[in-house]
Amino acid sequence: MHIPDGFLDTKTWLALDLASATTLGVAVRKTRNIIGEKQIPLMGVMAAFIFAAQMINFPVAAGTSGHFMGGVLAAILLGPFSAGLILAVVLIVQCVVFQDGGITALGANIFNMGIIGNIGGYMLYLAARRLGGKSRVSTGAVFVAAWLSIVLAAGACAVELALSGTVPLKVALPAMAGVHAIIGVGEGLITVLVLKFIMRVRPDLLELEKV
Amino acid sequence: MRKSSKRGLAGGGLLLAVGIAILLSPFASNSPDGLERVAQDKGFTEKETSHLAFQAPIQNYAIPGVKSGWLSTPMAGGIGTVLTFGLVYGIAQTLAWRRKRNSDR
Repeated sequence: MHIPDGFLDTKTWLALDLASATTLGVAVRKTRNIIGEKQIPLMGVMAAFIFAAQMINFPVAAGTSGHFMGGVLAAILLGPFSAGLILAVVLIVQCVVFQDGGITALGANIFNMGIIGNIGGYMLYLAARRLGGKSRVSTGAVFVAAWLSIVLAAGACAVELALSGTVPLKVALPAMAGVHAIIGVGEGLITVLVLKFIMRVRPDLLELEKV
Repeated sequence: MRKSSKRGLAGGGLLLAVGIAILLSPFASNSPDGLERVAQDKGFTEKETSHLAFQAPIQNYAIPGVKSGWLSTPMAGGIGTVLTFGLVYGIAQTLAWRRKRNSDR
């Protein structure tokens, strides 16, 4: 759901540039406070994996495709703020090198796919874990958190399109949420599979301090 | 953490990611994504503008001059994956150095 140039009006994209820049500033400071030798390679690898996986569009209903976003996966391993930094770099490379997502919509795309989804999905994941009282990763909580991150990002995108006068909210919100509720199933499945793979090959990576 | 273990994670993980980008990208669906679908259905596709002041070097994940999509897309994917890895690794390393310097003082 990379927003191209032209879909957002100036006040909306400027406000989202500001919101994203402020949040990323906080994310840099928080990440710096906890980062250790183990997080460095994992952050790089996570970013590389997310970039690669975002290229692989999978077909969903009726001539539509979707791709993995990766925010909740990164947040579960590294924390929502580090995840935000990683997603921001992925989105900047996609925009500046590959013209995927508009340059004026960069702040909006970072806000939707790098901040709102990760934080919302991760909060749900933490709440579910607390309710379940389990210290181990629960498959159901991971799946729902990853699914929610996509729907939240799509919802934020719909609100921004409406604020820009591009399309009314009552049209945009159900349409965006509906199609991304399907794409979110793919997000949930991939997130669960990747975490299961990591649990098998490098379980220590699930025990890192997160921010 | 041992140096070799750090390098192993970085090397192995990067290799896996580049493998995904190169081997799977030619099979990616070309159908419109969720937002493009909604834009078509609700009739606001034409609002998209191309920004005159800014042209990215690799448009549409295709290396300029490489005609075959079977070659061009994986190449673009490989370049983007390595570049993204390098940027985030560099940022993380810089933050770790700054943390260490602050705590040494």
